[in-house]
Amino acid sequence: MLERAPTAEYKRSVFMEIKVMKNILEANDKLAEENRALFNKRSITAVNVMASPGSGKTSIILKIIAGLGREMGIGVIEGDIASSIDAETIDKLGIPVVQINTGGGCHLDANMIQTAIKDLPIKDNSLLFIENVGNLVCPSAFDIGETLKMVIASVPEGHDKPFKYTSMFETADVIILNKMDLMPYIDFDRDSFYKGIKALNSKAPVFEISCRTGAGVDEFLKWLRNIAWRK
Amino acid sequence: MHEYAVTEGLIKMALAEATKAGASKITEIKLVIGDLSTIIDESVQMYFDIMSEGTIAHGAKLVFRRIPAEFCCKDCGLKYNKPKTGFDCPSCGGMGMPTGVGREFYMESMDVE
Repeated sequence: MLERAPTAEYKRSVFMEIKVMKNILEANDKLAEENRALFNKRSITAVNVMASPGSGKTSIILKIIAGLGREMGIGVIEGDIASSIDAETIDKLGIPVVQINTGGGCHLDANMIQTAIKDLPIKDNSLLFIENVGNLVCPSAFDIGETLKMVIASVPEGHDKPFKYTSMFETADVIILNKMDLMPYIDFDRDSFYKGIKALNSKAPVFEISCRTGAGVDEFLKWLRNIAWRK
Repeated sequence: MHEYAVTEGLIKMALAEATKAGASKITEIKLVIGDLSTIIDESVQMYFDIMSEGTIAHGAKLVFRRIPAEFCCKDCGLKYNKPKTGFDCPSCGGMGMPTGVGREFYMESMDVE
């Protein structure tokens, strides 16, 4: 009996190593760049608002709307795992808003923003707030094409947050420390908090505010106004 | 925490690269992941096994090369891996700042048949 030559069979089972060297989130990053180009073209300052749940993301957006809503266009994309509570609050103010429900997803990605922006009747030269899912981990890994990353920490969360969520604080363009009115009641080590921030991020300004009392809000709005007009 | 989304992108990329190379099966995927990337290896493999079903990537082994997060002391210039607590220099106690090493997040290569 003739033995079959192993040519074709053999070739098919040959091992081969393919060099790839590509960012795993490449598909997301490509879409993020498209979003960024669109924001640039339309002179939209897109702010990616990131924080833990309950730190005051929506409250700060509401303060900004109250403070700057008459002098510049503002739009909001609300990201939540479920519910449209925040979007409804903003809609009542007559501000264009789109709700994204991630259905359990822990972050927003560039594709979600690309879809949402099509449904958002926002004018050119506006400020766009993209409220990310409440989470200090995952949102920092996904570029959505934002102009700047705004990270909110709040006093009751504790001063150790920069040490635990390095990536979030390292990549922030602006950091807000909210709920300053609670400082007398909480063991918040301000020095430790600032030490962590300084090590990770020497560029981002930090604003101490209280959405409840309004303290510090004007100073932050002044900074934000400058950023928005500079574009 | 976002392993599902990461794995989804990973599979798409692996399949595209394998198709380009004319491969019929992916046996191993080598990933380089910095410790600052906040993903868990076992969790990615678990999602991978489920999500790759019915594709030529199914059954592939994921090999993770982990890169520790590196900090550099502002005062003495020492480079060191991020300590368990805080960022301070283990030698002089100075302020440590991240060097960028530890943020890697890419597919290095694949073994295919």
